Amino acid sequence: MGDYLLLAWTWARASAQYRASFAVSIVSSFAINALDAVAIGIVFTHVTTLGGFSLREVMFLYGTGGLSFALADMLFGNIERLSQHIRAGTFDTMLIRPVSPFVQMAADGFGAHRIGRLAQAAIVLGLSLPVVPWSRAWMVPVMIVCGVVIFTAVFTLGAALQFVLVDAPELANAFTYGGVTLTQYPLSVYGDQLVRGVTYVVPLAFVNWQPALYVLGRPDPLGLADWLRFASPAAALLLSAAAALAWRAGLRRYRSTGN
Amino acid sequence: MADFVLYLRLFQYGFRRHSTYLAAALAGAFTNTVFGVLRAYVLIALWQARPGLAGYTLTEAVTFCFLTQGFIGPMQVFGRGLSFGDRIRSGDIAFDLVRPAPLLLWSLSEDLGRAAYLTIARSLPPAIAGAVMFTLAGPASPWFVLSFVLGIVVSFGWRYLVTLAACWTTDDRGTHTLSALLTMFFSGMVLPLGLFPGWLRTVAESSPFAAMVQVPADVWLGAEAAWSTLGFQLLWALALLGLGALLTAAARRKVVVQGG
Amino acid sequence: MIETMSLGRDFKVRGVVVAAVHDLTFRVEAGEFVGCLGPNGAGKSTTIKMLTGILAPTRGRALVAGLDPARQRKALARRIGVVFGQRTTLWWDLPLRDSFELVRLLYKVDRDRFRTRLAELTEVLDLGPFLKTPVRQLSLGQRMRGDITAALLHDPEVLVLDEPTIGLDVVAKAEVRSFLARLNAERGTTVLLTTHDLGDVERLCRRVLLIDHGRLAFDGSVAELRALVPGQESIEDVVAHLYLSSTPAAPRTPRRTPDADPPTVTA
Repeated sequence: MGDYLLLAWTWARASAQYRASFAVSIVSSFAINALDAVAIGIVFTHVTTLGGFSLREVMFLYGTGGLSFALADMLFGNIERLSQHIRAGTFDTMLIRPVSPFVQMAADGFGAHRIGRLAQAAIVLGLSLPVVPWSRAWMVPVMIVCGVVIFTAVFTLGAALQFVLVDAPELANAFTYGGVTLTQYPLSVYGDQLVRGVTYVVPLAFVNWQPALYVLGRPDPLGLADWLRFASPAAALLLSAAAALAWRAGLRRYRSTGN
Repeated sequence: MADFVLYLRLFQYGFRRHSTYLAAALAGAFTNTVFGVLRAYVLIALWQARPGLAGYTLTEAVTFCFLTQGFIGPMQVFGRGLSFGDRIRSGDIAFDLVRPAPLLLWSLSEDLGRAAYLTIARSLPPAIAGAVMFTLAGPASPWFVLSFVLGIVVSFGWRYLVTLAACWTTDDRGTHTLSALLTMFFSGMVLPLGLFPGWLRTVAESSPFAAMVQVPADVWLGAEAAWSTLGFQLLWALALLGLGALLTAAARRKVVVQGG
Repeated sequence: MIETMSLGRDFKVRGVVVAAVHDLTFRVEAGEFVGCLGPNGAGKSTTIKMLTGILAPTRGRALVAGLDPARQRKALARRIGVVFGQRTTLWWDLPLRDSFELVRLLYKVDRDRFRTRLAELTEVLDLGPFLKTPVRQLSLGQRMRGDITAALLHDPEVLVLDEPTIGLDVVAKAEVRSFLARLNAERGTTVLLTTHDLGDVERLCRRVLLIDHGRLAFDGSVAELRALVPGQESIEDVVAHLYLSSTPAAPRTPRRTPDADPPTVTA
């Protein structure tokens, strides 16, 4: 962890030296991600509720999912470049260093420019806060932390997959960027099968949907058990354990097949 | 005749160069499909609440969604530049600008080859997956093929300008992001342009970006008369290619005559 | 300092198992300067990868600085320095000085020791004029000097170099060679290098390992290597003769070439 912070700090300092392109990156990442929010705004000019949720409530989901993702992406999102590193041979140079290649890759070119995405999600979340009752506000930081862990695990699983599919890194995007897109709308708009899949298989429902049902005091549209809405920490832990195992297996495979 | 052979070769070269990355293309197609499914559900929720919105039926809205997901590859909706962008950064563009064959036609042939390959590898899978999972509408007009090709040419014309602009800027990341932003939003990729409010809709629908995605999708759905929409695309294609030719001449003066 | 015992490595190429390295046994004592020769695909790079912990061996084992590279990769990393001539271990966009700072953090070298060591290396390798230049703008020779510095900041006991003089001009080559000779003579650092440049071997290495078809074909001094093919004037002709006379039918090491990025589009 200490290694990570020091490396990330050095990187952030170095990249901030190129002030012009640093500012351009922040503004671009803000604007690109704001498109989704604008789309939600346009949708709500035609309807008052979507999947049974009001604009503020959808913004709450968008904000919590987006903030978790932005944090995970800023801190660890760089590991999605694994296949690039393998193909360029730079992954080998990470293996000759006394620090885990995971940490090195995550900190490599630390994405302070991703602050744009973070700011955008935080603003939307801030605007949605009036729907959160005081007595249930404690859940908001809990769900964001769990969301960060879950998305980090998804990023890690995506990277682990690249050890096997070096030529198809984009496959991971379906789960990482697809995951954040999924969590930006109430899951009640998606089909039952899909919702069950992201509850029991790839637990993206625990990023914000289940805890948000508690915060917003809503019954589960699919009638799933009530205790699930408090299960985010458990889901986050389980998924991280799976991701850690997958990463280790991937690294072992890399060193034993010599890709 | 010799010219034709050259451009045909370049087309084949663009096709082959991309076909070596089959795994990458299939991974991209898978991701495009996943996003298609997610977008489709949002549109279904919206159209169930407001049937007939933007003049589409629910089936047409879902069809629109998978068509546009299929356009991502050939139309390069995320605004990525052309392959000679790297050569501008390295300065090798000077060699390309003094070749007897114009850079514009040269890269257009190559880009059409790329688009042809991606149509097979990246457009068909999401469309087929969408048709399996949802009910989709079939093509209303044979003019779709022409509209699709014109959409690719307009997309090329735009990306040619964006890529060549790097001759005048030191950091081209800003222009590329701006291009991606405009293309995604105003093409109909984020939401059908018919949903946009008032003046925003007018601006979006008359932009070249609409000619890349919204218009070919509308021709498929038979939402508009083919002649006026094809004319609109043709106009933008000619305008952008014309601008491209002017900008190429300017670039040649700057890079070759003034030496960068 | 470096020891291999029946070290072997197989690769699967389109479903067929091919041995890139067979049964390699040799020993390098502390303070030696050893050159590793062999035609392309002979198994040199595979061997280096196994000695540095990047690749696990299929058979046999290795010991470097008393550690097993396959199992104790991170501990070993602190004790050895590695330089790849074909690719840099530095950070492309950062000024050289910042790259070194990152290396310091990775190896947890304390600040004072780092400063002293960097000052020494800056002087000997004449890095001063380009310490603040981003790595991507350095000439190949400058970059190589930077890479060597980065590999030595944590004061390793063993330095492993994979083709360190590749692509360098005569002046840069001479600088790198004289530096390596001094490093070995003055600090007693054990050096193992692979090369195609026979000048490296003649000027630097007291001992030569010739690897061919994944096997150790020769182990001895440069003079002994010469004596192997009497009547040949230059060392180059000697080695060419040895390469040509070796069995050509045996399979070669598969080499993964880092090709250009596939044109991907993010969704």
